[in-house]
Amino acid sequence: MGKSERPEHTAPPDIFYNEDEARKYTSNTRMIAIQEKLTQRALELLALPPDGTPRLLLDIGCGSGLSGEALTEAGHAWLGLDISEAMLDVAVEREVEGDVLLGDMGQGVPLRQGVFDGAISISAVQWLCNADRSSHEPRKRLKAFFESLYRCLARGARAVLQVYPENATQAEMMVAAAMKVGFSGGLVVDYPHSTRAKKFFLVLMVGPSSYAPQAKGLDGADEPMSEDEDVDMGEGGQVRNEGRQRKRHGKPKGSSKSGAQLKSKSWVLKKKAQMRGKGYTAIPVDTKYTARKRKKGF
Amino acid sequence: MKLLTHNFLQCHIKGVKNGYPLNIEAVKIEERDADFDPDFLRSMFKRIDWKAFLVGAQALGCAEGLPEAVSEEQLQDDGFLQKFHHALLEVCLEEGSLICPETGRRFPVVKGIPNMLLNEDEV
Repeated sequence: MGKSERPEHTAPPDIFYNEDEARKYTSNTRMIAIQEKLTQRALELLALPPDGTPRLLLDIGCGSGLSGEALTEAGHAWLGLDISEAMLDVAVEREVEGDVLLGDMGQGVPLRQGVFDGAISISAVQWLCNADRSSHEPRKRLKAFFESLYRCLARGARAVLQVYPENATQAEMMVAAAMKVGFSGGLVVDYPHSTRAKKFFLVLMVGPSSYAPQAKGLDGADEPMSEDEDVDMGEGGQVRNEGRQRKRHGKPKGSSKSGAQLKSKSWVLKKKAQMRGKGYTAIPVDTKYTARKRKKGF
Repeated sequence: MKLLTHNFLQCHIKGVKNGYPLNIEAVKIEERDADFDPDFLRSMFKRIDWKAFLVGAQALGCAEGLPEAVSEEQLQDDGFLQKFHHALLEVCLEEGSLICPETGRRFPVVKGIPNMLLNEDEV
């Protein structure tokens, strides 16, 4: 995947996620970590009653089963749907617990009424917003998807769909399509102030509901970064509709300085000695005044 | 594909009214162990169409010992639950077809994965 290239602009999902890509995707530790994290957050937002009962969930765009495995870990049974044969083959190879179906969510999910306790989707539904083929009509496909999703969920069930909308229009399109078929709910945006950590979750309830999930990072706090995530490389793309780009980079590897030491006296002396060693002649002599604490406001 | 999944699948071709349950034509069947969880089984029982389940079990050769109707007591009976568990979660259709009862359209099952992709004219 290129740095700023959205997969949705490269090829339709069943072609983009071919055997090579499927394997790369599934063996990429960073991808695994991200998917795991997103699935955990989706489960949190799904807010299933914590009574230990295993539930039956639908995983839309389940791919190679990375999210599904997190569902199994959480003690739930699941059924996955994906459009890429190559990705599903990897899921089967990895012996995921859930059954998987080869299908196109834009054609409607082929499931009967009221059977699922909940549904999740990780990084998939935005693919519906693109016309991958000339016969595609995004609105028609969104309708078919949301209608069938609504129907197959049990009363009181929720759907949490993590998406990467390309822009505000796409986000609105997805929300509107969901509301139109009878879902209540809306978009939850975690870490809205952070380019890197910003995540969109469409949280939908069957019928009216008083459920009001809380977004993360509303106070401007950035998301704590894990080892595997590294610098944002635009996985699937982030919303680019932003005023100021604030690039946040994690600590560069190998950096041994802590914040407190950065401009300490010992550091200054060391640096000056280093520069003299390099051959710079204009380095001032060290005196008792060197790197002395100055009064505030100096 | 387990019978649990089959019980929820229906034909979504445009205009089809009676696309459930899909008829099973089994070519290759495999058995895989699954964890026995009576609470899960009872929870699944509530949403399963029992008649469709029996027909599916017959097609996969694991209907023996499954009753026509299930009573409340049976849901607590270990003997019944074990048979139910086995047929629901341990018998897998690896190769074969799922057939729409209304249109006769065949959905192939390959490597245990049902192919539910529709053609342009079916959407």
